[in-house]
Amino acid sequence: MLPRNYGPTTHRSLGLTDDELDEIVRMVGRAPSDVELAMYAVMWSEHCSYKSSRVHLGRLPTTGERVIVGPGENAGVVDVGDGIAIAVRIESHNHPSAIEPYQGAATGVGGIIRDIFTMGARPIALMDPLFIGPADDPRSRYILDGVVRGISGYGNSVGVPTVGGQTTLDPSYRGNPLVNVFCLGLMRVENLVLGSATGVGNLAVLLGSRTGRDGIGGVSVLASSSFGEPGSGDDAAKRPSVQVGDPYEEKRLIEACLQLLDEQLVVGIQDLGGAGLACATSETAARGGLSMDVDVAVVPRREAGMSAVEVMTSESQERMLAIVTPEALERVNQVCRRWEVEATVVGEVRQCDPDGIGRLRVRDGASGELLAEVPAASLAEDAPRYRRPLAAPLDAAERRADDPGALAPPDDCGADLLALVADPSPVYRQYDHQLFLNTVLAPGAGDAALLECAAPGIAWTGKALALSADGNPGWCRLDPRAGTAATVAESVLNVACTGARPIALVNCLNFGNPEHPEVMWQLSEAIDGMTEACTALGLPVVGGNVSLYNSSEGTDIDPTPVVAVVGLLEGLVRRPPAIGWRDGDAVVLLGRTHPALGGSRWARALRGHRDGELPPLDLAAHARVSGLVAGLVAAEASAEAAPGLVTGVHDVSDGGLGVALAECAMAAGVGCVVGGSSRAGGSASGDGGCVASHRELFSESASRVLVATSRPDRVVALALAAGVPAVVIGTAGGSRLVVEGLVDLELVELRRAAAAYFGEVLA
Amino acid sequence: MSPAVGVVCFPGSNCEHDVVRALASLGASARIVWHGDDDLGDVDAVVLPGGFAHGDYLRPGAIARFSPVMGPLRRFALDGGPVLGICNGFQVLTEAGLLPGALRRNSGLRFVCTTVPCVVGSSSSVLTAATPVGTVLALPVNHGEGSFVCDEATLESLEDNGQVVLRYADNPNGSMGDVAGIANRAGNVVGLMPHPERASSDLIGSSDGIALLGSFLAAASATAPF
Repeated sequence: MLPRNYGPTTHRSLGLTDDELDEIVRMVGRAPSDVELAMYAVMWSEHCSYKSSRVHLGRLPTTGERVIVGPGENAGVVDVGDGIAIAVRIESHNHPSAIEPYQGAATGVGGIIRDIFTMGARPIALMDPLFIGPADDPRSRYILDGVVRGISGYGNSVGVPTVGGQTTLDPSYRGNPLVNVFCLGLMRVENLVLGSATGVGNLAVLLGSRTGRDGIGGVSVLASSSFGEPGSGDDAAKRPSVQVGDPYEEKRLIEACLQLLDEQLVVGIQDLGGAGLACATSETAARGGLSMDVDVAVVPRREAGMSAVEVMTSESQERMLAIVTPEALERVNQVCRRWEVEATVVGEVRQCDPDGIGRLRVRDGASGELLAEVPAASLAEDAPRYRRPLAAPLDAAERRADDPGALAPPDDCGADLLALVADPSPVYRQYDHQLFLNTVLAPGAGDAALLECAAPGIAWTGKALALSADGNPGWCRLDPRAGTAATVAESVLNVACTGARPIALVNCLNFGNPEHPEVMWQLSEAIDGMTEACTALGLPVVGGNVSLYNSSEGTDIDPTPVVAVVGLLEGLVRRPPAIGWRDGDAVVLLGRTHPALGGSRWARALRGHRDGELPPLDLAAHARVSGLVAGLVAAEASAEAAPGLVTGVHDVSDGGLGVALAECAMAAGVGCVVGGSSRAGGSASGDGGCVASHRELFSESASRVLVATSRPDRVVALALAAGVPAVVIGTAGGSRLVVEGLVDLELVELRRAAAAYFGEVLA
Repeated sequence: MSPAVGVVCFPGSNCEHDVVRALASLGASARIVWHGDDDLGDVDAVVLPGGFAHGDYLRPGAIARFSPVMGPLRRFALDGGPVLGICNGFQVLTEAGLLPGALRRNSGLRFVCTTVPCVVGSSSSVLTAATPVGTVLALPVNHGEGSFVCDEATLESLEDNGQVVLRYADNPNGSMGDVAGIANRAGNVVGLMPHPERASSDLIGSSDGIALLGSFLAAASATAPF
């Protein structure tokens, strides 16, 4: 009889439903023990098991020529040639960051980095898409400040540069901020190791920090429930479920693990994140198809008196579980001693039981009391899958009809433009974005970060990686399907603007409470939109994360699917043209403007108008635009003799043409004059080269890029030959940004307004 | 013959590979020296790179100065060998007493990563021998605790003796006297907060650091035996 002291409703306080408890009883063949119940509670949490989303995720396209490892492992792995691969992953740390912003964000960074070096890759880049409440809300300012400090404090110290991200301030996130973290690592293909416990008699070695009482129930009571709901308890009281990070421990752990992998001393390795030892032991055993015996008594602890339940479910950070042969143990210990990393044998891989089932057994002492004995796969893979009800909002048609195009035109488009420009440098200046000497286009320079594809031990061969992370609640609220497709398209275009071709995508699906049918409908629609866009653009989804229950006081966040796209550029020899232009350049607009304001930041942020219809997205046309731009920019960056055709490039998205023009002007320190409605030839939404109204100025219609050139005829001819609409809309020069009849601003005014946006929040 | 440069790695260092990469691109034979070794090996110059030695716990450089490698480093420096401390390395050199002053929390109380214009204040050091006084260099900084401080008399003596080798033209951290880098009296030990290795190629935004690293390697070559 295994120890069982819990009460009749304990499972509910651990986050399990009555039905789920019944299912556990059926699987185990008896009432679960204390340790078993605790392990099922964390492993079957929404965060770990994807029980609400899994039935939908299978629709995403996940394969491609370059894909070595797709979704399901710790990170996706994609071949970039020359025997080199990238490992990529994105995750959320939303709820911890809402409760304790510094540690929540810091441990988000720590966790995603472990997912990357677990695969054998050296982490070389981070990106952090953040969605926080409005600037006029003191608590949201506190959260943004803490989150940025947490990313800075952990990321800089652990030695992985933060090269990109996004910071969106919006009332939708007042009660539930989103902190997503992306990491990319570089590896030799032959160093790939999976999180699998194989080889009977091999040892499970726990590496890194001692186990403490922090983060218990992080994945269940914290990550898998909404804030401020009746019966959910005091949110501030959840603070002990937030883990505490130690970047110095993680730095030594990275170096020790990469050396172990380089010397081929481990047969499998898995990081300890959500659900701690329960997760790492059951997942590795399940993947290996074998049993594992774990001795909870030998796990090094930070404090006395911890129970077996606490040890098995603690989410203490900076820990890894390595599977090693007995012969390799001595060398493993040597390497760990050098890096001052504690290493303890806590388990052993065993044969399956005679019934063919691999079981996880937890004992207190090598021959001590048996505390748990369950099929490993039942924890890791057999969580219930819910086909939750989904329903489009009842007022969908009304909301779609309420178009912001009908709002009164601004008295002063210039004043609106000043309210829309935002310089995020007060955020990214706190992040080391240059480590490893790879950063060709740093934050703010281009539409995507561009990095030399190199790392310690992996010499640079001329390849470059472009990284962009994007999410747009304004678009996705109006239409989760089309909005998500547009988000993918936008990310692809960002990468194209640095000359790279997209090769892989990872996603972080941030949604509200899945028990609300409208939220499940949003999630399902978003997955369909992502599938359509990725299929049309030939982009495999190699990993993802689903974050649900982003909801407070009964209000769900606007749907916020975030994607990160990685692009590849071959033969980089010089910096590509980036955001900006040169005095005297012609400014060419590629793509056609639909003068529609649905989903625009102008409508949402300046007019508080959150409904309407998105401008149409033609994915085939989008592929033509991004292919053209990638080719033009790559020719400047990679040819032995640059054609000198393109001198600046910037995609048109958030804030529309107005903001894109302003950003080019500010980056260049050179103004521009754009034709207004008085100009002959018609408007940008037709075939002509002018911007006739605020609808054309602030529309966020997709698939558009500004290109600066001294040879506009040539650029336009190349575009038309590629089937892309192209028109000269203005000429760079002077110290003012002028859109005739709409805007006339000094660059200093624009700069002051842009600097104030985040400067005041992070003062 | 290419000079041999030892780049010291403490647990928590993170710029050691970058320094090796930048020096190698300038023809040096650079290798990493482990902090726990009590021997520098056969080197013509030593770099203490940036990062967070021992997590910067307690205080940047406060624990690193006790590492076994610091004994031979001290003897190497006192014998006139070229020693360069970059960022965290500068902090270690001040904690070890090889350079005067200390580095405090940035005046803005935030970590700052950006490129700032710096002016060469003196050519009397292994780092700045090749750059005339007044030369403006675009150099990346990346630190939370880079605000140089010392007593007034020390600052005056640093100025008088040409030991302020680099000054910020646009002070990012509140350093006294806009000090970005200083040398010892002999000019063979230099510490600076900016990262010259991060300004070692036009592709990554600036190559203004090459003149500094080149000067350092020339000094190393001058001490190198044939």
